[in-house]
Amino acid sequence: METFLERYKNIMVLSAVLLAQFLGLAMQVRTSAARGSDGKGVRLLRYWVVAMMSPPEKVMSHTGHGARGFWGNYIDLRHTRDENQALRAQLNQLRLEQAALLEDAKQGHRLQELLDFRQKYIYATVPAQVVGTSGSDQSRILTIDKGSKEGLKRDQPVITPDGIVGKLVEVFPHTSQVLEINDQTSGAGVLLEKTRMRGVLRGNAYGQPQIINVLPDDRVKPGEKVVTSGGDQIFPRGLAVGTVEKVVSDPDREPYVDVVLKPAANLQHLDEVLVVTQTSDQLPAAVQRDLAKSEAAGAEEMEMQRASDILAEKLPGLQDPNAPKVEATTNADGVDLRPLKPLPAAHPDRFSPSEVRPASQMTPGKASVITSSARTNELLNEGAQPVKRAKKPAVTPDKAPDGAISTDGTTRPDATTKPAPHQNQESFIIPGTATGPDRPLLGPEKTSAAITPAAGAATREQHQ
Amino acid sequence: MPVLMASSRRELDSQQFPWPILLAAPLLAVFLQAYLPLRYPRLDVFDLPLLVVIYFSVSRRSPIAGTLTGAVVGLLQDGVTHQPVGIHGIANTIIGFLAASIGLRIDVDNPVTRILMIFIFTLVDSFLYLVIVRHLIAEPLAWSWMHQIVRAAVNVALGLVLFAALDRTRLRG
Repeated sequence: METFLERYKNIMVLSAVLLAQFLGLAMQVRTSAARGSDGKGVRLLRYWVVAMMSPPEKVMSHTGHGARGFWGNYIDLRHTRDENQALRAQLNQLRLEQAALLEDAKQGHRLQELLDFRQKYIYATVPAQVVGTSGSDQSRILTIDKGSKEGLKRDQPVITPDGIVGKLVEVFPHTSQVLEINDQTSGAGVLLEKTRMRGVLRGNAYGQPQIINVLPDDRVKPGEKVVTSGGDQIFPRGLAVGTVEKVVSDPDREPYVDVVLKPAANLQHLDEVLVVTQTSDQLPAAVQRDLAKSEAAGAEEMEMQRASDILAEKLPGLQDPNAPKVEATTNADGVDLRPLKPLPAAHPDRFSPSEVRPASQMTPGKASVITSSARTNELLNEGAQPVKRAKKPAVTPDKAPDGAISTDGTTRPDATTKPAPHQNQESFIIPGTATGPDRPLLGPEKTSAAITPAAGAATREQHQ
Repeated sequence: MPVLMASSRRELDSQQFPWPILLAAPLLAVFLQAYLPLRYPRLDVFDLPLLVVIYFSVSRRSPIAGTLTGAVVGLLQDGVTHQPVGIHGIANTIIGFLAASIGLRIDVDNPVTRILMIFIFTLVDSFLYLVIVRHLIAEPLAWSWMHQIVRAAVNVALGLVLFAALDRTRLRG
């Protein structure tokens, strides 16, 4: 007996160790299938391992972070002043853009309320530093230096300002483990921005996030943005996920294809992340204050714009009728770089504003309205018909007539019209004129300086 | 092939190491494996814990010690992943046992032996991992053998340097 044990002790030890691990593995699979999380024993083992590894990881990480911070914050400050000025200018520009988009956002919110749709906003976040990884290319796990003591809980989303990173899968008192979106066991509900196709995101063998089980669709092109759909009840709706890199066929699941993404967040080099600890139906107070500030700045800018346009009406000579036409430009990413302000005149008008009388002095049916222009007489003789216009509200941006004529003698296709001082005024339909075959020719009082961004956008679309 | 086999009694003697090295090296390997890819993501292709298991198993030439070393290091690796605990444990246990068994027969100080040994054991480890994940616990796993071959080659390069460094920690008898 002793000889048998002595002879086979190596194999017996190996078998015993393997058997113990096989049993443990089987129990874990069973437990996690039933509960959806690890059992107490496994969690304890993970806790001890992470507790053992994280102190030196934190020391290394904080030391490196401190050294980089010392260099960046105290020594390497060249060009900081210039950069500061550039950022301030950019901030002002962004405020104006935000104000311009605010109206659309408000309208969207009103519609959402009508539909009883509840949008979730990120209300509170906890910043955390990434201190470690799993060390395996088969398991995309990050260790962060915040845990349950800081209010973190399992399944909370982890993001960066660029896009989503993953979700918390294990939360210990002072550390947590984050399952990245490019892990093969991860899952997130996503939405393709243009085609509005929904899908499930998970990682592939090469650490790339991909949308799986997608039916082939020619509309899905590289470069299309992908955002969270909110369907997974973890990530709030509308967060950036990435852009489509390529579409590959799935050999295991014909005819489905996989849409491989380039993640918006740099998953390879993560230093700091934000854990979303609270979401709400309302925007955070700080964001609301910021929006109000932007709205005020936008209103101020509009007022200035309006004042300058009124001045331009009074002093038409200040307008250069031969101003160069602004060309439509887009950068390499396809972002429209044209300003939100209205475009300059497409071409000079044939009517001189000084020869047009105010609408209050016009008489319906009389051709003397624009009699001083020989060309106008000619047109009137060709069949201009006076039309009595009933009370009509201001022309909304989406209904603004193409080619509204301004007082400076130029056609301003993106101008909206304000209510005229006298609503019951006449206008003339002149077939074949620049204003179109059946569109009213507007008098100088009807040309408005109030240009809305939406109108500008509509015009840009028309130009395109 | 005879060149690779042990030709003297000295080559078959088990190597002794200071206990702090036996304790610290595996822990340091697991720590570096978890920390370095954070700064240099490409380094996740290395498998430092596996290399340490192979080295100590073949050097000490004790299958039981190799089995236990592999099990402990593998379980530590599993602790920092999200996968079920035991995947790396089982794979490293088998590698530790095989490495120690082979160490009884071959000259493990020979560089050619080391190259072959690391390359083959890394591929065996990948195969065991594949079998455990895909067939034992039936989890989806995309796989590329070309990637595994490249990984094995890269680990050979690292292993040669690491083994030479660990050779210096041996106790001289």
